[in-house]
Amino acid sequence: MRRRLAAVLLSVVALGAAPPTLAATTATPRTTLHAMEEQVMCVVCKTPLAVANGPQADDERAFISHLIAQGKTEQQIKDALVVEFGERVLALPNDHGFNLAVYLVPVLVLLGGLVLLVVMLPRWRRRRRVPAVDAGGAELSEQDARRLDDELARYDG
Amino acid sequence: MRRIVLPGLVAVLALGLVGLLIFGVLQTTDDTSIDQALAQGKHPQAHDATLPLLGGGTRKLADFRGKVVVVNFFAHWCDPCRAEAPLLSRTQKAIEGRGGTLLGVAWNDTTEEARDFARRYALAYPIVRDVDGAFARAYGVQAMPETFVIDGRGRIAALRRGELDARWIDQHVVPLLAPKAS
Repeated sequence: MRRRLAAVLLSVVALGAAPPTLAATTATPRTTLHAMEEQVMCVVCKTPLAVANGPQADDERAFISHLIAQGKTEQQIKDALVVEFGERVLALPNDHGFNLAVYLVPVLVLLGGLVLLVVMLPRWRRRRRVPAVDAGGAELSEQDARRLDDELARYDG
Repeated sequence: MRRIVLPGLVAVLALGLVGLLIFGVLQTTDDTSIDQALAQGKHPQAHDATLPLLGGGTRKLADFRGKVVVVNFFAHWCDPCRAEAPLLSRTQKAIEGRGGTLLGVAWNDTTEEARDFARRYALAYPIVRDVDGAFARAYGVQAMPETFVIDGRGRIAALRRGELDARWIDQHVVPLLAPKAS
């Protein structure tokens, strides 16, 4: 039992000691071309790079692959792309300045819709109840009742 | 008052959405206003912007005021751009001593790609990069290559959408240049 425990301990120590370089390599934030293609636009075709074809799309892929090979992170690659092609190369613009509207407007529209519902729903419900009260409770005046009888008699006759 | 607020809010939202729709449609429509102006014999003022120069620094059209500037939009991957590059190189040599210059505008190329292109075809004139594409949009650029001739007063004198040939240069650039020194 002791031997087995010692062997397990040894292997754990060995695992911990042996791959420090491997651990350091995997700890470096990296990305793949596939992951970047989802976040980047083809600036000529104006479609996401993931679905774009053509020489410009191929060039952008080559540019990204080159940076990936250098061990650049997603953010570093995006920054490099913006330097070369401007902000339009990003599928989702940065969240500052005017671009903030991209994120705020949908939320504001949703909130506006909710507020509208909260305000309008009670009114609609009240309005639906009103005709029911009218139908059951309203009575004709004596004069109107006589006129109605006269009209009906004219049609009957 | 409450009766006005709600329909007003809905109307404003609806107008906003319609506005966004119109804006979106306009963004995807080709701008042919320069073509139309030239067809009517007008010479619209050329759009100017400060753009990064290959090799460092910046350049704008105003820097060339008084000269005839042949603005050539190109991309390194475009075949007609490659085909016309030797002609552009020769044209620069012919016009630089007569008050003219070419100005290359790299369209959607990286710095390295544009630099390689200039090196390969020995383009010895200033080349700028239109990083965000706004300069090309202002000229209604639709496809590569496109060329605009700007006269000494900063007005567009001619344009060519497509590959250049020597005859077009003779017809639209040469008449604006200073006469050859004999």
